[in-house]
Amino acid sequence: MTYIAKPKFHHPALPKNDLGYTHRDYEGTISTLCAGCGHDSITASIIEACFELSIEPHRVAKISGIGCSSKTPTYFLGNSHGFNSVHGRMPSVLTGANLANRDLIYLGVSGDGDSASIGFGQFAHVMRRGVNMTYIVENNGVYGLTKGQFSATADRGSKSKRGVINTDNSIDLAAMALQLGATFVARSFSGDKKQLVPIIKAAIEHQGAAFLDVISPCVAFNNHAGSTKSFDYVREHNEAVNRLDVISARAPIAVDYPEGTVQIVEQHDGSKLALRKLGADYEIHDRYAAMNFLQKHASEGQIVTGVLYIADEPQDLHTSLKTVQMPLNALGEKELCPGSAALDRINAGLR
Amino acid sequence: MPGGTISSVNDFVIRFANVNGSGSASANEMFARAVMRMGVPVSPRNIFPSNIQGLPTWYEVRVTEAGHLGARGGVDFMVAMNPQTFDKDIAGIEPGGYLLYDSTKPLPQSKFRDDINVIGVPLTAICNKEYTDPRQRQLFKNIIYLGVLSALLDMDAKVIETLIGEQYKGKDKLIGPNVHALHLGRDWALENLKCPIGLRVRASDKVGDRIFIEGNSAAALGAVYGGATVCAWYPITPSSSLADAFTRYCAKLRVDKDTGEAKYAIIQAEDELASIGMVIGASWNGARAFTATSGPGISLMQEFCGLAYFAEVPAVIFDVQRGGPSTGMPTRTQQSDLLICAYASHGDTKHILLFPEDPHEAFEFGALSFDLADRLQTPIFVMLDLDIGMNHRLCAPLTWDDTRQYDRGKVMTYEELEAGTDFGRYLDVHGDGIPYRTYPGTHPTRGSFFTRGSTRDRYARYTEEGGPYVDNVMRLLRKFESAKDIVPRPLIANAEQQTKYGVIYYGSTSPAMDEAIELIEAKGHRLDRMRIRSFPFHSSVNSFVADHDFVYVVEQNRDGQLRSLIVNECGIDPVRLVPILHFDGTPITARFIAKAIGDHLDQLKVKRKQAAS
Repeated sequence: MTYIAKPKFHHPALPKNDLGYTHRDYEGTISTLCAGCGHDSITASIIEACFELSIEPHRVAKISGIGCSSKTPTYFLGNSHGFNSVHGRMPSVLTGANLANRDLIYLGVSGDGDSASIGFGQFAHVMRRGVNMTYIVENNGVYGLTKGQFSATADRGSKSKRGVINTDNSIDLAAMALQLGATFVARSFSGDKKQLVPIIKAAIEHQGAAFLDVISPCVAFNNHAGSTKSFDYVREHNEAVNRLDVISARAPIAVDYPEGTVQIVEQHDGSKLALRKLGADYEIHDRYAAMNFLQKHASEGQIVTGVLYIADEPQDLHTSLKTVQMPLNALGEKELCPGSAALDRINAGLR
Repeated sequence: MPGGTISSVNDFVIRFANVNGSGSASANEMFARAVMRMGVPVSPRNIFPSNIQGLPTWYEVRVTEAGHLGARGGVDFMVAMNPQTFDKDIAGIEPGGYLLYDSTKPLPQSKFRDDINVIGVPLTAICNKEYTDPRQRQLFKNIIYLGVLSALLDMDAKVIETLIGEQYKGKDKLIGPNVHALHLGRDWALENLKCPIGLRVRASDKVGDRIFIEGNSAAALGAVYGGATVCAWYPITPSSSLADAFTRYCAKLRVDKDTGEAKYAIIQAEDELASIGMVIGASWNGARAFTATSGPGISLMQEFCGLAYFAEVPAVIFDVQRGGPSTGMPTRTQQSDLLICAYASHGDTKHILLFPEDPHEAFEFGALSFDLADRLQTPIFVMLDLDIGMNHRLCAPLTWDDTRQYDRGKVMTYEELEAGTDFGRYLDVHGDGIPYRTYPGTHPTRGSFFTRGSTRDRYARYTEEGGPYVDNVMRLLRKFESAKDIVPRPLIANAEQQTKYGVIYYGSTSPAMDEAIELIEAKGHRLDRMRIRSFPFHSSVNSFVADHDFVYVVEQNRDGQLRSLIVNECGIDPVRLVPILHFDGTPITARFIAKAIGDHLDQLKVKRKQAAS
């Protein structure tokens, strides 16, 4: 049996959020990933973010593709509906689900193989359509389930566990998301929960296509000298552009950060991002500057983390399509079927 | 003339040979509509190679008082407007038939045949005299030959004038010039030609209340009436017009007049994989969703089809079949996707197929497919083809029962979950193999489940153990059995006299078969008929075959795909099923069917006589 439920028992004094839920209400089954996997840290951050945002777990739809990362939705939000689709095709399934019911929160979970190789096309198109979702790539640069082949995000010149040097250029998914029109783009590191949790919260609050690339070292196949996705390498080369917290419109959270330059960024749904700028001239609303910034630092061997870009006026797919506010899956015969009288008129026009 | 000239009232085939992009389509279609408005049934067909502009295209209209809507074969009257195909077009005319050509530049006698009637009309000269604009010269040339035809065939000009008025309603400036062009041609013909010729259109009352619509449009309308709210598609001939029609009808029928908001979502996806992925995502989330595609698209959708089958997610796929394999003949018709649809995806899969015979059934099955998909929680393939999809057909008016309610299938509600009803996503509660599902977001603590393509137990918990896997796939088989009682049953028509022979056919073959039966009976043979309307097959397919010595299976593919399905699924000895196959990309004709079956029956008779002597 490869499904391990967590014991029901929990401490009665666990902290509760505004809805009365504890962390346990945001957990799933026990992870079957390797001990120390960066993906488990991301799972923990998603749980923390959803807890802090007081999201109703069952109002989340969590959708993934295939791979280690795509297994993780089983490990969080056990009361949500999950969909582990096919390799690289999470974006289309999520798009369809979103069209059917605009009222749910959509978490798309993918990996670097899933999104940058087989699913690169769907990744691109879900971004350009502006589907309202949080798209998280758990990026470890290798194929873990098939024993450590390079993925398309592996840096040129990096070394595999078997000693093979990658001779292909890598794909920077955050840079691609900026290019493709995502209205929220961020990068983080699975080992930096302090940065990751607020970014996930901000992404969930964002009303549009939010993309989050999380470097998540693979302890089994990509955490060695020569890898540019190892814990040590990422810690040494991390360049954070901002530290942040989310001030939710419905449940304000006090900002508790060291003094510095703080910028409040209002999101489309009314929530506010409090960003502490590290780079003096980093502009959060400038898509093109973000692209330049990423490329410049990448060429210097630095991994830029933080919220890279937020659109001033994000739009989502439903806005573009002018769909009704009521979820399409809630419409019945009365709203959908034009009836026999209309059909008689159509018949009359076809003679 | 050797062999005489063809004379016929309300029973002939006229073909227009044009250059693609010359604006002839509306004039040619107007001809077909005019005949229909005169009460005479027509069966028009577009015949077009896969090209964009400047290459040949044909439009054929079968004028048929008897109401035979299948392709007949042969051409009685050729309007040869394409120099590129001129020789070939002339060669295709039946002896005694007619040729209308542009005689502005005289052609040598060697370009014509002695056994046909040649009608030269200086179309270019008439146009050049009347119009200076090059585009007008081209467009009005088409209306002018329509005017000539109206005189030659003794058609009522008023009918065409009315049609012109309807066509350009809202662009009223165009009505007058078009009517003028019509009369330019008509008057020229009446003054210079012997009108009418042997072929004539005489007003009749054989059209009745039937409507004139393409299968793709009717199927799209079925999707509207069936409650589809999400359409995700990728352009591919010959299915694109289905998505176009859905877009058109939704814009008209599904936009809230007060708010301007749409009660639908249509996405032109990046490819077929994404389109079926979106359909599956939407259906999983409780919306009614569909895609429209053709054979190459079905090939690309295989993996998702398997997922939807195994994970039990509803989906509707309109497959407008064309000539395969590979790119094959993109603009020609076939029925060659049966096997790939019936068993789409790797592993043991079986899917529901529906076979509409005409636009009327395309509408009915289009709407029904959403009920079936929800009821059975599985993909439903509506098997159209180019011949139905992209051609106008006369068919019975579309009907809708206003008391009809959508069958959303087994969906467990908040109230049921709250009451503590046991929810196991893959529990077979009623023994019909169909489990309950829940829509995402239904209940805070009950009813959620994880959808995946890998094995799970009855409560949707991931497992790789053999027992739950076998339990699951055997339940899927039970569900497939249950489907037999709710999908459209075959229709049987017995011959007037008892016979040992039967014929099975499906889909767009239907009108040709109706006519072929008359031809076969005229030769003294009798056949019982069964029209298959869905897969899985009803038990009556077994009994129909058992009741006859031989059953002919008529279809439009090389390998006898329906026959293979029957053999495979019904366990029938293949020797008892005689394949009658037509697969050159043109629609099957009554002549072809009657000859193939008639020859076989004749041979049987001879063999039996020999055996008896």
